[in-house]
Amino acid sequence: MIPGTFAYHRPASVAEAVALLASLGEDARPLAGGHSLIPMMKLRLAAPSALVDLGAIAELRGVRREGADVVIGATTTTAGLIASAELAAALPILRETALVIADPQVRARGTIGGNVANGDPGNDLPALMQCLGAFYRVVGPAGSREIAARDFYQGAYFTALQAGEVVTAIRIPVPPVGHGWAYEKLKRKIGDYATAAAAVVLVLAGGRVASVAIGLTNVGDTPLVADAAAKILTGSTLDAATVDRAVAAAEAITAPASDGRGPAAYRTKMAGVMLRRALARAATRATH
Amino acid sequence: MNEMTPPTAAERTEKLQGMGCRRKRVEDVRFTQGRGNYVDDLKLPGMLYGDFVRSSYAHARIKSIDTSKAKAVPGVVAVLTAADLAPLKLHWMPTLAGDVQMVLADGKVLFQNQEIAFVVANDRYVAADAAELVEVEYEELAPLVDAFRAMDADAPVLREDLAGKTTGAHGARKHHNHIFEWAVGDREATDLAFRNAEVSIKELISYQRVHPAPLETCQCVASFDKIKGELTLWGTFQAPHVVRTVAAILSGIPEHKIHVIAPDIGGGFGTKVGVYPGYVCSVVASIVTGKPVKWVEDRIENLSATSFARDYHMTTEIAATKAGKVTGLRVHVLADHGAFDACADPSKWPAGFFNIVTGSYDFPTAHCVVDGVYTNKAPGGVAYRCSFRVTEAAYCIERGMDILAQKLGMDPAELRLKNFIRREQFPYQSALGWEYDSGDYATAMRQALEKTGYAALRAEQRTQQDAFKRGETRELMGIGVAFFTEIVGAGPSKNCDILGIAMFDSCEIRIHPTGAAITRMGTKSQGQGHETTYAQIIATEIGIPADDIMVEEGNTDTAPYGLGTYGSRSTPVAGAAIATAARKIKAKAQMIAAYLLEVHHDDVEFDIDRFRVKGLPEKFKTMKEIAWAAYNAVPPGLEPGLEAVSYYDPPNMTYPFGAYICVMDIDADTGVAKTRKFYALDDCGTRINPLIIEGQVHGGLTEAFGIAMGQEITYDEIGNVKGASFMDYFLPTAVETPHWETDFTVTPSPHHPIGAKGVGESPNVGGVPAFSNAVNDAFAFLGNTHIQMPHDAWRVWTAAQKLGA
Amino acid sequence: MAKTHVTMTVNGQTVEGLVESRTLLVHFLRETLSLTGTHIGCETSHCGACTVDLDGQSVKSCTMFAVQAEGANLLTIEGIAHPDGTLHALQEGFREMHGLQCGFCTPGMIVRAYRLLQENPNPTEAEIRMGISGNICRCTGYQNIVAAIQFAAARLNAPALQEQAA
Repeated sequence: MIPGTFAYHRPASVAEAVALLASLGEDARPLAGGHSLIPMMKLRLAAPSALVDLGAIAELRGVRREGADVVIGATTTTAGLIASAELAAALPILRETALVIADPQVRARGTIGGNVANGDPGNDLPALMQCLGAFYRVVGPAGSREIAARDFYQGAYFTALQAGEVVTAIRIPVPPVGHGWAYEKLKRKIGDYATAAAAVVLVLAGGRVASVAIGLTNVGDTPLVADAAAKILTGSTLDAATVDRAVAAAEAITAPASDGRGPAAYRTKMAGVMLRRALARAATRATH
Repeated sequence: MNEMTPPTAAERTEKLQGMGCRRKRVEDVRFTQGRGNYVDDLKLPGMLYGDFVRSSYAHARIKSIDTSKAKAVPGVVAVLTAADLAPLKLHWMPTLAGDVQMVLADGKVLFQNQEIAFVVANDRYVAADAAELVEVEYEELAPLVDAFRAMDADAPVLREDLAGKTTGAHGARKHHNHIFEWAVGDREATDLAFRNAEVSIKELISYQRVHPAPLETCQCVASFDKIKGELTLWGTFQAPHVVRTVAAILSGIPEHKIHVIAPDIGGGFGTKVGVYPGYVCSVVASIVTGKPVKWVEDRIENLSATSFARDYHMTTEIAATKAGKVTGLRVHVLADHGAFDACADPSKWPAGFFNIVTGSYDFPTAHCVVDGVYTNKAPGGVAYRCSFRVTEAAYCIERGMDILAQKLGMDPAELRLKNFIRREQFPYQSALGWEYDSGDYATAMRQALEKTGYAALRAEQRTQQDAFKRGETRELMGIGVAFFTEIVGAGPSKNCDILGIAMFDSCEIRIHPTGAAITRMGTKSQGQGHETTYAQIIATEIGIPADDIMVEEGNTDTAPYGLGTYGSRSTPVAGAAIATAARKIKAKAQMIAAYLLEVHHDDVEFDIDRFRVKGLPEKFKTMKEIAWAAYNAVPPGLEPGLEAVSYYDPPNMTYPFGAYICVMDIDADTGVAKTRKFYALDDCGTRINPLIIEGQVHGGLTEAFGIAMGQEITYDEIGNVKGASFMDYFLPTAVETPHWETDFTVTPSPHHPIGAKGVGESPNVGGVPAFSNAVNDAFAFLGNTHIQMPHDAWRVWTAAQKLGA
Repeated sequence: MAKTHVTMTVNGQTVEGLVESRTLLVHFLRETLSLTGTHIGCETSHCGACTVDLDGQSVKSCTMFAVQAEGANLLTIEGIAHPDGTLHALQEGFREMHGLQCGFCTPGMIVRAYRLLQENPNPTEAEIRMGISGNICRCTGYQNIVAAIQFAAARLNAPALQEQAA
């Protein structure tokens, strides 16, 4: 219940935050919403020596358009994602996904940056970001860079972030108008991580799949991109036989943990069911 | 209507807010304003905080405990281990079940998260830091986690302290991990019934280990005054007087110098009955340090170490005729008690009242054997609205009857109607030794079937099943029927005691000169609304408005001795004491009234809120006037004042019953079950406050839903406890929780002064079988006989796959 | 470790205290400010008993450090009633509809419902249930809590009628 001690810092700018993290060393952690980190600290599973609170850095919050992309500041809260009219119009799948993350109080504090950056396989946004072909803008002691979400996750809690680097924004190419989308999440109750979840974004043309991207949540120690399944579906009419083959291909890349949500074999099958349902819903939303 | 018009009888009754009214709760005024008074709200000058160091292993010898680093942390005042408690003989303590349990690990640990050391510091943050610095050296021992292997010849020895003891508190022990064998009924007649049975079923029906998880965990503040030699102990105690007596016996401090106070309690559900190591260590720490010591357990500690509920494996057999008349019931239970037998049962009942397992049915013969065993798990077992193992018994018989119905090709409701104890048979002597007080089961069942449109539901189900077989739908419909009879109100002194103290309960009422009153009982509400409902009983009995009656519980200095609140006993036992005490006051009031009215006491009669002269209703004295007169104008020969106390030894238990029907829609592709409808008809006899009864039913059904559909505390093969945090332990939110439809019939208890039976636990007792029967019923047409609980999605899906769904 | 000075507004009053960086906001409220209405029911941020209103949002005060609330504007159960002491419609509704039993989840539930109704004055039953899905109750089965919130919503949405009746 009680965390260990740490030094607390609340910088006013990204530069200050990065400088602080560099000087405080590898046991310092950035703090955004804190709803992954603080519970771990209370169980003493994480014991950072210092916390750098990003909450006072105004430039890290907000949703804006940059040409063909939407750029979301890393400390934008999940509630902020849901409330954004810009996102509701351009990226409705993001709002749908945000609504099934945790509960109202956690959504008020949890951030998009926190959800994508710590490499927790249970988080919902990473697979979605991969499905959307998003990029993470990162600032560190060596400067700024962009990392594709597809290249970001290396293992459970292992990411491409180097020491002292902080995710500052997420850049998402906006899908074409009329795209189909769905995030289908199976969970035991509100607030639970996914037993299995599937994100689907597709474009239909003439009744056929012109393009489709699939992300799978919490059925591996990283988010999974079901490229083989997507390839099978591309060009098809989403007929039953093709969907069956795609679902089999998606199931084949899963390696879920066995836990209270079910044994691995069940969770793999549920990934398949979620994909099936996400495809069906995405198809109804797409304009042909 | 104006001020001059006298109020009508209806208006006077309404003003009393007595029995039967949906009286708003008195407690709510403070709770809705954040002015509750819970244990952790207490702050005393100089107060210290205690925190436990707990075992990493399920079974291990303790080679050493190094507390030096912890003691060196600034702010740490003491670190207690078994070695510190041993000179006081407090390193072990007796349990309510006739066993002993370690307060702090003595040489070995027997379950993961067992208490090893108690750190005491001036700040709870410091205590937490210091607890991390206690170094324990373990030598791991082979753990025993599978109750079915507990009595194997090569099973590990758990209780070395019982070496060589071939008898325990409940008779002979068959094995070093065996606790007791409890047998009841007629073995020969039952075996004969099975030999002659035309049809019989046999099934292993398991009720998984769960935990009630009240929102407030267990906690206490112990404050020993060295100068006066007095101990004050505030705590989450459902039975504060029992705690006081136990504290006196354990500590040697005389009982009149121990003040136990249970303030507001944030839910109990049976977990707050027993005495836990945290309480004992806090008391010792207070004595040793001379300061008050507070202990507040966190949630993981609560779920993994502080009691548990159920863990019964029930091999169930029912014999019947081809026509569906039951002829015998035979049950063997393997009861997993964990490392110590700390079951909070009345002392002569090692398996509680499990012998209610004949349920609502007229079994001519039955036999039941319960074998309790030790395992490397937390101790406890009796909690979670179980009425002393009645939840287990009801699940056993209600699942059994459904399995029998399936084998006979009969509708489950029809089978029940065919075998119900009939109204004329009450009081009914069950084959396992209980005398059921009253019941009208057929009426309740028929009302339930009619109100839910049962016949139409079955027709819809048949259509759905055909569509499923044709591949047109992947949804299955399940209809769960449960008709429970439960046994509450422990209990008559002839067979019920807690550590030798009979299970009566008590009430004291004192009327003030201005007609208001104060009353105290030996029970202790943890949310049941006693401050509201008890006043309603008195209001109707004596004719003083409930709003003018102050109800107090929980302070052992002022409340008369009682055995506390659990097992739905408050209404049956304390409720009876309240009525009895009230009637003593009413009898004296009658004499005072007659004296004031200058007539013989037989010539006055009670009328709602007054006594009036028979035949001359305009000549009356109100209770307010009588109260005043009690303090200045009593009849000669009577003492002044108007008060009474009653200690009520119930002549029998009470037997509430109910008919529950659950409709579920199950997604065969995911195993997810959605409750479409849940109808609960309860008969708890006389209904004191329908608003509160409905609330109890909603709450108990929600617990039942959680249990049936996903709750479990499990252990892996080396004894690591799983699911012991709110991340995994299935507590439904408002989104998952179904809508509840409540209904009722009223069959008063003939032996209870106001005919009331109690209702708090019924919804958990009846709810779990209703949910489980619904899930099982959904797959019956595919050949399913029994799917074990909990019915979480992956298990339902796995069962569906096996059945070819 | 050296303590930090924090200041914030709680229930309309400026308050301050000395805390460690790690002091949880809920402990600052309960222990330093003696506002014991906000409760603790778990340590994994699931139960919601610790819910307070911070800068216009419902947050779990057990999952924040007091230092993070520097300069913030907080509302706890102790500040829900009107300044003249009359009860908020939610407090009336919870009593009217029997929306509580042991009372332990009630402060967090009422403070959450307060913000829910600010954001959505006329919620459907489904929206109410979703809205309080971050608050666990073990006693009531939620049904009467939903009724209590509906009662309050109706009361809050009809002030004109109330004035007429007065």
